Amino acid sequence: MTQQEIFVARSSELKERDRKIVPHGNTEIGVYRANGKLYAYQNLCAHQGGPACEGLLMPKVEEVIARDQTYQGQKFNYEKLHIVCPWHGWEYDLQTGEMVADRKFRLKKYEVVERGEEIYVLA
Amino acid sequence: MSWHELPTSDIHKMAVEELDTSKLLTNAARQRDERNYKDLLIIDVDCHHYENESLREIVEYIEDPVMKHAAQMATTGGTGVQTSFLPGLVGYQDIAGRVTRYPLRKSEKTPAGKVHRDVTLTLRWMDAMGVDYVCLFPTPMLAMGSHPQTEVEVNMARAYNRWLTENILYSESRIKSMLYLPFNDPDATYKMVQDFGDKKGVVGFMVTAVRYAQVYDNAYMKTYSLLEELGKPLAFHAGYNWSDPLLATTNRFIATHALGFTFFNIVHCTNWIVNGLPVRFPKLKVIWIESGIAWIPWLMQRLDNDYKMRSSECPSLKKLPSEYMREMYYTSQPMEMPDDLSVLETTFKMMNAETQLLWASDYPHWDMDLPSKIYDLPILSEQAKRNILGENARGLFNLDTNDRFPK
Repeated sequence: MTQQEIFVARSSELKERDRKIVPHGNTEIGVYRANGKLYAYQNLCAHQGGPACEGLLMPKVEEVIARDQTYQGQKFNYEKLHIVCPWHGWEYDLQTGEMVADRKFRLKKYEVVERGEEIYVLA
Repeated sequence: MSWHELPTSDIHKMAVEELDTSKLLTNAARQRDERNYKDLLIIDVDCHHYENESLREIVEYIEDPVMKHAAQMATTGGTGVQTSFLPGLVGYQDIAGRVTRYPLRKSEKTPAGKVHRDVTLTLRWMDAMGVDYVCLFPTPMLAMGSHPQTEVEVNMARAYNRWLTENILYSESRIKSMLYLPFNDPDATYKMVQDFGDKKGVVGFMVTAVRYAQVYDNAYMKTYSLLEELGKPLAFHAGYNWSDPLLATTNRFIATHALGFTFFNIVHCTNWIVNGLPVRFPKLKVIWIESGIAWIPWLMQRLDNDYKMRSSECPSLKKLPSEYMREMYYTSQPMEMPDDLSVLETTFKMMNAETQLLWASDYPHWDMDLPSKIYDLPILSEQAKRNILGENARGLFNLDTNDRFPK
């Protein structure tokens, strides 16, 4: 099947950690710019079909365990961002689209290109 | 257009429009249309509204004048913190705002007019999912069984039930309820069934499971008899209480939720069976709500195993505990989905799911299920899907569905 280019936005309209959702057939595609890169995923959670891309973009939560194995609290890892489905909270790795709690589930990923001052998704 | 900023960490904030349930559930509506739910009777046996948002209306129905005055004062001004009339619970149902319908809830607009906001919001998500009828329950009142003042539970239960029947159930025939029983007071419980058993939209009665009452206490027998006589089911709605001494040993909400929502129902169900209540009330229909279904084969096996050695402690029973459990009803949500579907298939078989399982969404709570959770299962026959999604509930409640599905 031939891929089509879907216009997303002018580059200046999608700033760092912005998200834009564009229609695609009977569904949508969520396009993100984060940590200097562009990512695009189908707006459809692998769980119960929620609009995953309409939820929060959250840094990964990590536990702080000291060398003596004692618990010291929790922290955000800003290098690892998660797409969070707003229906139930399923979290997906922004870089791969894999569901972080069980990586056999994933969001459908699309290629994104930035050409000149414009951003397109190949779908 | 009003905008709300959700703090998603210290690195950025997320700006969103006001919540619109129909928009949030666009993908649910697509499932509804793709699966042609309009030809399928779908009854949701457990969903919720937030009665705390109508608390000022509800306290006007409190009958005790002294308590009514205190409740009016507590809900009119005050500090804005939770009142003693809806004490609330420690917990993180919204996963720290990740389930966005929680923090955005109050931003949703509904038209002014005669239709109550709760009716509008409930019909909004029902229509998106393709649900025909629902059994509506409160939210903060699920914790009322832990209230230290029994008279507050009794007064709030009567006030809430009067408010609900007069303002919600009377006005919308697609919304039903099993009314809250103030179970810590057996006499008030009995009177509630007497007074409300024939009200429009009342399809049964509900005990919130988070409490330390003994379901086999002789003081409840007249209530069970009356329910049996009326043909109205008795439901136990699960919950959690992080302050419970055992659950207080957990330090993450995932733990207190996963355990609490099963443990309280497991204890009540066990007491129900070993005291022979299914034998004493053979026609009383009992429903276990919101504990998922994985606990059912576990408890069946535990009780059967012990019963074979200790039947002298349960002399009323005429058959295995699991056989009584197979005659009870269970709501599906939050239905565990094992990778190996044969596990689910075995659970369905052990509990006679085709006749005893009732689909429930629990919407708008965080772990809600859509009808597709049942509809899409490859291990169920078409008839089993129809039964679980609606027909079992229609029979259980003797529900007139002619306005949606004329015969």
